[in-house]
Amino acid sequence: MSNTLLEVKNLKKYFKTTKGMLHAVDDISFTINRGETLGLVGESGCGKSTTGRVVLRLLESTAGEVLFGGADVLAFNKKELRRFRENAQIVFQDPFASLNPRMTVAEIIGEPLVINKKTSNRADLYKRVIKLMDTVGLASRFENSYPHELDGGRRQRIGIARALALNPSFIVQDEPVSALDVSIQAQILNLMDELQKEFKLTYLFISHDLGVIKHVSKNIAVMYLGKIVEMSDYSSIFKNPLHPYTKALLSAIPIPRVDKKRERIILEGDVPNPIEPPPGCRFYGRCFCRKDICKDTDPELKQVSETRFVACHVAT
Amino acid sequence: MSDILLKIEDLTVHYITDDGTVHAVNDLNLSLNKGETLGLVGETGAGKTTTALSIMGLVPNPPGKVINGEVEFEGEKLFEKSEAELRQVRGNKISMIFQDPMTSLNPIMTVRDQIAEVVLLHENLTAKEAKEKADEMLLKVGIRADRAKEFPHQFSGGMRQRVVIAIALACNPVLLIADEPTTALDVTIQAQVLELMKELKKEFNTAMVMITHDLGIVAEICDNVAIMYAGSVVEQAGKEELFTNPKHPYTIGLFNSIPDIDSDDSVLKPIKGLMPDPTNLPTGCPFHPRCDLAMPQCSEILPKRTEISENHYVKCLLFDGGG
Repeated sequence: MSNTLLEVKNLKKYFKTTKGMLHAVDDISFTINRGETLGLVGESGCGKSTTGRVVLRLLESTAGEVLFGGADVLAFNKKELRRFRENAQIVFQDPFASLNPRMTVAEIIGEPLVINKKTSNRADLYKRVIKLMDTVGLASRFENSYPHELDGGRRQRIGIARALALNPSFIVQDEPVSALDVSIQAQILNLMDELQKEFKLTYLFISHDLGVIKHVSKNIAVMYLGKIVEMSDYSSIFKNPLHPYTKALLSAIPIPRVDKKRERIILEGDVPNPIEPPPGCRFYGRCFCRKDICKDTDPELKQVSETRFVACHVAT
Repeated sequence: MSDILLKIEDLTVHYITDDGTVHAVNDLNLSLNKGETLGLVGETGAGKTTTALSIMGLVPNPPGKVINGEVEFEGEKLFEKSEAELRQVRGNKISMIFQDPMTSLNPIMTVRDQIAEVVLLHENLTAKEAKEKADEMLLKVGIRADRAKEFPHQFSGGMRQRVVIAIALACNPVLLIADEPTTALDVTIQAQVLELMKELKKEFNTAMVMITHDLGIVAEICDNVAIMYAGSVVEQAGKEELFTNPKHPYTIGLFNSIPDIDSDDSVLKPIKGLMPDPTNLPTGCPFHPRCDLAMPQCSEILPKRTEISENHYVKCLLFDGGG
């Protein structure tokens, strides 16, 4: 059995708009090994959530390949897709919007088991729901509560329990903690870490928060406007970022310390429009070390060392 | 005259609802000197925004009600002022930046007119002069003059927040209250806006109350910090002191909850439990059910605000008269 669980090759997702093609995800490739976490980080609109959805085929891709345990996800028929989805789950960002308000906690967590006919009798279902609640740290007294009666942290625990119900091997975590307060965020991050170790889970962890990403990931991919601009193991990307965008992103994070002063890189302008982007490097307009070649030639993601990839004419 | 610009004493604000009384702010004490920036830090529901609204006299009534306390601004008691007098203060001497730049601007007015509106209200200028002043303010926040006639929806989030800042600073206020001004923005845009606020604050010599949940922003921009929990300030100190020598167990818990990008610690040490329900606060110290250092008396005695060293105040029985 190979060590690679998920392999994404040249994946593209374009959306048709009245103003032209929106390049949400534009030719990205990455792999995730079993039991590891790839952190996908970027700002609003860079295509990170779309990537998560295309990988699970919640959205159909425009081009490219997604291999899950060697099997071609994009070629799955309905039956195969159903089996795949037992194995690959998602936890959504907003625990206020991703839970059905008319279902009780126990119904929400038990639903995947019922739909996939994983249980035949009520007593068994009940037992498994209670066990799942216990796994994610939800007291069983909440089994008959409705989502609106619970706070954000507990709601996110419901979302996690639901994702775990079918014993998946892979979970897309789509900004799972960004709606939570820091003290609750820390509880949920620790929970995800424990679950990963206990069930040998593989995560694609999507977040805009580099602090969170660093905390959970083994490898990190930085996205900008539909492209992966840098991909690396977690420690070197923080110690020695290569791509100018990664550098700027890192330097923009306010650090809760007073003993250290850092060089700040303030980028000009906003993220450009992803509809029909011009040729050349996507970061050209905001880059502080651009050259002439960057304007017309789009840099490819090149391997610079065993664990590092960067897409930049200047950095390589 | 002393340097104290704003002083809040024993402020208590309740929201009286059908489901019970929400104890939003409880016995809150704060002070702010001229030209200084105070970071008001706390999690959702800590009472940060209600505190800000009380300073402006904007607590919605009903259901909100100021039960007790005083807010002194430039030596005058704000709660004793009439609505007309307050209107002279708001937008002129004290102005506010709200969290969400998408909803705090008027969608059917050009940004120039929105800035000019404030200027016209508070300064003795003609409409033409007010518009010139508006363009000047736009330039200060980094928006080109040719965009002055555009509407808010034509601007990105970061640009809209710049417009909001221009409105807030148009009348050269003595005090600016910024309520999570960058929470809705991406991190590279947040860096731009924070940089701009720092520059403008220096230029206009404005005092500022920066409401945030992000201790990183506090480290970046503030001089003093007040940590709020369940409606009251549990610790207040100078920034250096608070970051290097935090005393209250909640403050320490907050620091331990933040993933640090500079260290390799892999396990976070979160605060156990949840924020208490503000309609039903615990007796004694409101933090005691979540506190690792809680003592038996913590559930009975409400700790008093104690000055443990110069300008460092803590509300905790561990430090209350030797504990």
